[in-house]
Amino acid sequence: MLFYTLFLLVTTFSVFSLDENPAKGLLSMLNIILLIVPLVSIMFSTIYLYNSAEFIELLVSQPLKRKTIWLSLFIGLSASFSFSLLIGIGLPIIIFQPNAIGAMLIGIGIILSNVFIAIAMLSSVKTRDKAKGIGFAILVWLYFTILFDGLVLFFLFQFADYPLDKIMIIISSFNPIDLSRILILLQLDVSAMMGYTGAIFKDFFGTSSGMIISFSILMFWVFFPVFFSIRNFNKKDL
Amino acid sequence: MKMICYILTLLICVDSFGANVLCVGKSKQFISITAAICSAKDGDTVIVYPGHYYEKNLIVNKKIYLKGIGYPVLDGQKKYEVVSVKANAVVVDGFKIIHSGVSSIEDLGGIKIYDSRDVVIKNNILEDTFFGIYTQYGKNCTIQNNELHANNLEEQQSGNGIHCWKSDSMKIIGNTITGHRDGIYFEFVTNSIIWRNTSFKNIRYGLHFMFSNNDAYIANLFTANGAGVAVMFSHGVKMYSNTFQENWGDASYGLLLKEISDSYIEGNVFNKNTSGIYMEGASRLLVKKNSFENNGWGMKIQASCMEIEVGNNNFIGNTFDVSTNGSLVLNTFNNNYWDKYDGYDLNKDRVGDIPYHPVSMYSMIVEKYPTAMILFRSFITALLDKTEKLIPSITPEGLKDNKPQMKRKF
Repeated sequence: MLFYTLFLLVTTFSVFSLDENPAKGLLSMLNIILLIVPLVSIMFSTIYLYNSAEFIELLVSQPLKRKTIWLSLFIGLSASFSFSLLIGIGLPIIIFQPNAIGAMLIGIGIILSNVFIAIAMLSSVKTRDKAKGIGFAILVWLYFTILFDGLVLFFLFQFADYPLDKIMIIISSFNPIDLSRILILLQLDVSAMMGYTGAIFKDFFGTSSGMIISFSILMFWVFFPVFFSIRNFNKKDL
Repeated sequence: MKMICYILTLLICVDSFGANVLCVGKSKQFISITAAICSAKDGDTVIVYPGHYYEKNLIVNKKIYLKGIGYPVLDGQKKYEVVSVKANAVVVDGFKIIHSGVSSIEDLGGIKIYDSRDVVIKNNILEDTFFGIYTQYGKNCTIQNNELHANNLEEQQSGNGIHCWKSDSMKIIGNTITGHRDGIYFEFVTNSIIWRNTSFKNIRYGLHFMFSNNDAYIANLFTANGAGVAVMFSHGVKMYSNTFQENWGDASYGLLLKEISDSYIEGNVFNKNTSGIYMEGASRLLVKKNSFENNGWGMKIQASCMEIEVGNNNFIGNTFDVSTNGSLVLNTFNNNYWDKYDGYDLNKDRVGDIPYHPVSMYSMIVEKYPTAMILFRSFITALLDKTEKLIPSITPEGLKDNKPQMKRKF
């Protein structure tokens, strides 16, 4: 965990100090937050949960509710990840980019970490086999970062003759990474997003109600996996 | 010495024998300006003292100097054209002109110049006028240091700020225009200059040019107009050192060029526009030493343009530097600085060793499928862009900068 914090801190600092153009630094930050943060979150959480399987068994034998144990595991992971992110990315951003984009990056980073911790918890409770669980975690990450966008692009080319703007907004909410990317994009590429269909997205995501809706969808992405994992954990034969 | 004496005597003579000064005010010689103009001769000066004047339609049909002291108010009562200039070499200086009538049939204006030459309109404030300052068949007129405000919300119910029609050798200098339909509108105007004006938050264009050849506009500021600036169907237009900024929206352009030829675009700044320059059917343009910063699209050059030279410009922080809609390229790009250039310079001559292709694959995709904008900056699109760079198939191969600069030029 300390290593992760340090890694984030070093990369963020170097990204911002390497280039005199802060906009380029922000772009690299965007990639770190959209690719590395979810990967580390989901992998670390999965491995952690499998490694502490015996400890969890021990806890279950104590007079504690299973729900409390599972939730405290989630809160522990979430707190440590959010904290590393705050230090690792928050600190350099406060120094180099103390503005709305910076705040957005930190906020989105924290939410994305939590989303992927929640997914990791669900996947690790579903499968008993460690190798299978980790494989599944990698697959989930791969799906959300690359495969999903590829499918969307394919869908877009196939149905280019139809008005897709509203459908695209709905589709994007099926992928927390896409949703986060669009939210940051609206801050970063505001000039381009004001043009053409960009304006439609801006009308939705840029307004405060759209912002609230998209943030609540992201929250759902945290809440639902955690909720289902608790249900599964309650019934699970350890 | 003798010569100076002669000139001085001559001047005094002219002043004392030729021109009279007529004063208008509450306790002055004349109470209404109309009456003063009625008894004035060519060459007289009419001085108007502060007050609120309801002159209906004030017609200036003699060659006089109409001077306001402390901004006397001329009120059109939302019915009349306030001042109509119908004589040569009239000067209208220092008035506050408010509430002109609104009529699309007659194009009522705050100040309207009819078939006259050498008229000077300066230092006036125009508020809530339909058209602001309107010239038809004017020649060598000067419109200087006026302030024009209108608060119209709809395009149909609003006129242009400074409107020139079939005029020649006009000088539009240092005016501030806001809230009108078009800030400055030129139609069939030739050999004129638009210099140091500020045009912002107008409903349609900050500056609108139609069929106006051999004009120059220099050091103007166009900010947040509904659709930016449009220059259409003209040739020999010189655009130097202007700033185009914050023109945001679907059909909004920093500078829209349509059917323009033989023109110069030099030293301008395009900042935070959805599209910096949009060109359609333009030919033989020289675009140099401009700065394109933080735009959605730096330049959109449609395939219908030819012989456009883009050189020595800075492209910094744009989402897309250049986009086009076809594979035919008849334009040249040279010696520009592109902040997205990731080539190298081994011989240290400050020129990148490999050419830069400013059109990214994704900008071509977005041009074709605008909805694809939603996937912008995702991993898959970055992947597509990289593959396209290795094996170009969609982007026009000819559109490249052979001498990309390593450092920004200015």
